[in-house]
Amino acid sequence: MKNATRTWLGVLSVAVSLVVFVIPFAFIVLTAVKDPQQASRLDFSWPHRFQLVDNLVQVVQARDYILVIAFINSVILTVASVAAMVVLGAMVAFVLQRRVTRWTGLINFLVLSGLIIPPAVVPTIWVLQKAGLFGTLPGLILVEIAFGLSFSILLFRAFIATIPRELDEAAVIDGASPLRLFFQVVFPVLRSVIVTVIVVQSVAVFNDFTNPLYFLPGEQNATVQLTLFTFQSQYTTSYNLLFMDILLITVPPLVMFLFFNRQIVAGMTAGAVKG
Amino acid sequence: MTTVVPTGPPAAEQPKLATRTRRSAQTHSPYPTWFYLPAAVIYGTLFLVPTFASFYFSLTRWTVFRSTFIGLDNFTEFFQEPALVKGFVNTFLYAVATSGLKVVLGLLLGILLTSQIRARGYLRSVVFFPVLVSTVGVGITFTALMDPSTGAINSALSAVGINGPGWLTDPSLALFSVALVDVWKGVGLATVIYIAGIVSIPQDYYEAARIDGAGPWQLFRNVILPLSWPATSTVIVLSLIGGLRSFDLIWAMTRGGPGFSSDVVASVIYKQYQAGFYGLSTAGNVILFLVVTAIIVPLSRFLALKEVER
Amino acid sequence: MRSRTLAKRRAALAAAAVLPLLLSACSAGSLGSSSGDGSATTIKLLVDNAPDNLQAAKQLAKDFQAENPKIRVSVETRPGGTDGDNLIKTRLQTGSMADVFSYNTGSLFQQIDPTKNLAPITRDPYVKRLDKSFLPQVTVGDQTYGVPFGSALGGGVLYNKKVYAKLGLTVPKTWAQFIANSKKIKAAGIAPVIQTYQDTWTSQLLVLGDFHNVAAAEPDFAEKFTANKAKFATDANAAKGFAYLEQIHDLKLQNPDYASATLVKGLQMLATGRGAQYPMLSTVIGAIKTSNPDQLDDIGFFALPGDDAAANGLTAWFPNAFYVPKSTTGDKLTAVRKFLAFTASPTGCTSQAKASTPTGPYLVEGCTLPSDVPAITKDVAAYFTHDAQSPALEFLSPVKGPSLEQICVQVGSGITGAKSGAALYDKDVRKQAQQLGLPGW
Repeated sequence: MKNATRTWLGVLSVAVSLVVFVIPFAFIVLTAVKDPQQASRLDFSWPHRFQLVDNLVQVVQARDYILVIAFINSVILTVASVAAMVVLGAMVAFVLQRRVTRWTGLINFLVLSGLIIPPAVVPTIWVLQKAGLFGTLPGLILVEIAFGLSFSILLFRAFIATIPRELDEAAVIDGASPLRLFFQVVFPVLRSVIVTVIVVQSVAVFNDFTNPLYFLPGEQNATVQLTLFTFQSQYTTSYNLLFMDILLITVPPLVMFLFFNRQIVAGMTAGAVKG
Repeated sequence: MTTVVPTGPPAAEQPKLATRTRRSAQTHSPYPTWFYLPAAVIYGTLFLVPTFASFYFSLTRWTVFRSTFIGLDNFTEFFQEPALVKGFVNTFLYAVATSGLKVVLGLLLGILLTSQIRARGYLRSVVFFPVLVSTVGVGITFTALMDPSTGAINSALSAVGINGPGWLTDPSLALFSVALVDVWKGVGLATVIYIAGIVSIPQDYYEAARIDGAGPWQLFRNVILPLSWPATSTVIVLSLIGGLRSFDLIWAMTRGGPGFSSDVVASVIYKQYQAGFYGLSTAGNVILFLVVTAIIVPLSRFLALKEVER
Repeated sequence: MRSRTLAKRRAALAAAAVLPLLLSACSAGSLGSSSGDGSATTIKLLVDNAPDNLQAAKQLAKDFQAENPKIRVSVETRPGGTDGDNLIKTRLQTGSMADVFSYNTGSLFQQIDPTKNLAPITRDPYVKRLDKSFLPQVTVGDQTYGVPFGSALGGGVLYNKKVYAKLGLTVPKTWAQFIANSKKIKAAGIAPVIQTYQDTWTSQLLVLGDFHNVAAAEPDFAEKFTANKAKFATDANAAKGFAYLEQIHDLKLQNPDYASATLVKGLQMLATGRGAQYPMLSTVIGAIKTSNPDQLDDIGFFALPGDDAAANGLTAWFPNAFYVPKSTTGDKLTAVRKFLAFTASPTGCTSQAKASTPTGPYLVEGCTLPSDVPAITKDVAAYFTHDAQSPALEFLSPVKGPSLEQICVQVGSGITGAKSGAALYDKDVRKQAQQLGLPGW
């Protein structure tokens, strides 16, 4: 490409991206620091008064620090369920890809079903109630694992297919047990796709609001997305606080993104496309 | 979980493994079946059991306290639900519109962002970032931006003399406005998938095409488009599944309104659940299940077949 | 809508109202739960999380503890709306309910299986102090189960008194007068009827608030309706609510931004005189207090007028009640009874009024409204004093369709006509009746 064209196209793209992608986020930030009167107009304007700290303190203190509790819950939920999705998903994918039996077809089918079938909500509540896990964080963690496993397995399976079998065979000849083979030989090789799974799934779990809404009712159990949803109906006159909440909830994905930007693309190359 | 389960089985597995390795190089035993077990237990109880149970419960009138078998009444009821026919059509429109736009825009952005454009890193980041943001947050934000009188979008339009529509309040427009936001939020994922697909095309193809004197259009038509087909089919399948099941964004933005005009099957199901009609809601789930399966399974077969042909 | 939406409504507006108060009240230290001293009996009180209710409950608990130092009341919250309904049902069913809890009265109360799940308080002395209009809402057979928590409220029309005075209008006693007033208001360049369909539930008031008129013309409508013998589409009286919605749309009496306006915008419009009349519930007082405190007393309330000026009266909503689950026993039961007696006493009413502005009369003998209540509350209370009120349909019949709000939005925005809207609602209602297993459906 010619240098002039590069510049010209670049400038145009940056301009368009500013309008399409940056303005909505600027709107969130601006509204979050406004005073309630100005924020309630919900227009795109420069704040008369910056009260970043005020709004931050107010939204954190709201309803007995529910946001702090929600952040703690969401972090536990995300870490626990994503860890399980990574380990269990990789185990399944490994055996599924490596060992073809007459069950392989069925298992592939079940994995795909998990991706396609919309979960049956009320019967899931019914099962959780029978197990005494309804409305508990462990219950929700298990639900997130169950619903997220399929996608993890597919990503892992696609990646494992690119790892030469010779690697396993060498390890087996060296006398490695299946567990050692998996955790010490294969698992490290999966590093890049593990990062992808972690990023994709933790974003999905952290941002999930439907499942917590169904499976984790109760005040002390709130997750961050639920606070957003309840704040939406409650802060009808305090949009500055609502948008401050949105802003706070956007921070963890942003951090994730800043750290793993490269790996996401790298992981997708191995995962999604070939899957 | 993995640290607890292994103690027993692997010990039993090991001698077998040793003998088998000696016998044949193509041994199965390094890949023990019990690796499936923990995942299978969770997935089975919390996904498969409820899914099968849903077939039974969809035939009952079900409250918190009891369920009564009523045959296919829920299904007939569901097809009399005034919003449902609309919801059905809307679900298809929404899924097709979002996945179509994601394919086209994702491909274009993918090509743009793999070219030697300036500020490429920034552009990739900014396009992808919305994927990571909370759907409810995005919904609330765009509801404000799309407000017909005070919203930023119509303010900007009126500055250039256009009288903007009621994006979310006009019954014929609401669904498409939500679909646009869905594309806004999801196009980054499609783009990343395309970038990956395009990057993985071997340089030889470009060079061969260039030697043949191909212009940019031929390059696009004969090299990029066919060779990024796996990416296309991934984007189509993923966004169709997402589109058919889509609920969060619609609920955060319009709650199916105005009236029932932006209802989709998933939001109808949710409303029945909310109203306490558990049997009816589960029947809706079964219907959605059948619809999604009936579309996605043949489609992904077809796409896979085309992939092989190429 | 029924108390379910009532709960949602409270969450929405009341919330807006007391937020600043709440924010200052819940200061640091409440993250960790404060543990009481060992000798006291602690009872757990479960209320919904609408700030108004929460504040009132906390105030009640505080004042009660001051009188009864041996008892501690710890207030817990639950979500409102359907999630809250389900939570209540589940906790009752599993025997894990708090020692005392607040829940809707009327037909939603009937649905939590009171005889099986709740402890009757019929013979307790404080029950005698409850208002006669309230008792049926918490009674099954000859057993009474609850005491009111909060004040009654009215569904009708909020109006800007300054606009009325400026244009020389009087409070309408018939719908025809209401329309005539509205036309004059429109001619003066003010939005006559405020509608706010962004908050869907607000669309239902013309239908629900008309029920006093339906009941006045046809006293047995609720009964026939429950028995599947009267329909909104075919009953001339009941169909009127939908016709009103259609009429205000056809005559272009709504504010131009009705489709995107929210409740808060509607209230601002009303308070500042850019709009004159707003079919609404009196609970919005709290919200007006936050958004336009200086104009609160410019706003009055009148019942939605019907055809007959002589039968003019208010469609009334009853407050939630405190109930005791069967799982509460021993010392705790004794303590809970003391707490109920306190709630249903003039001191209890005063305590509640301290924390949240009353939206109508307290339905307990001896309770009087503070003299500084807003004009809206006084207007609502006047209908109770003159006994010109009927309970809203949701208190008389367990049957209500969940989609009424969407249907009202459709009719009010001209997407469907009044007739087909009413017919749609009848279908919606049928599902609910079948779900409840009522005879005749």
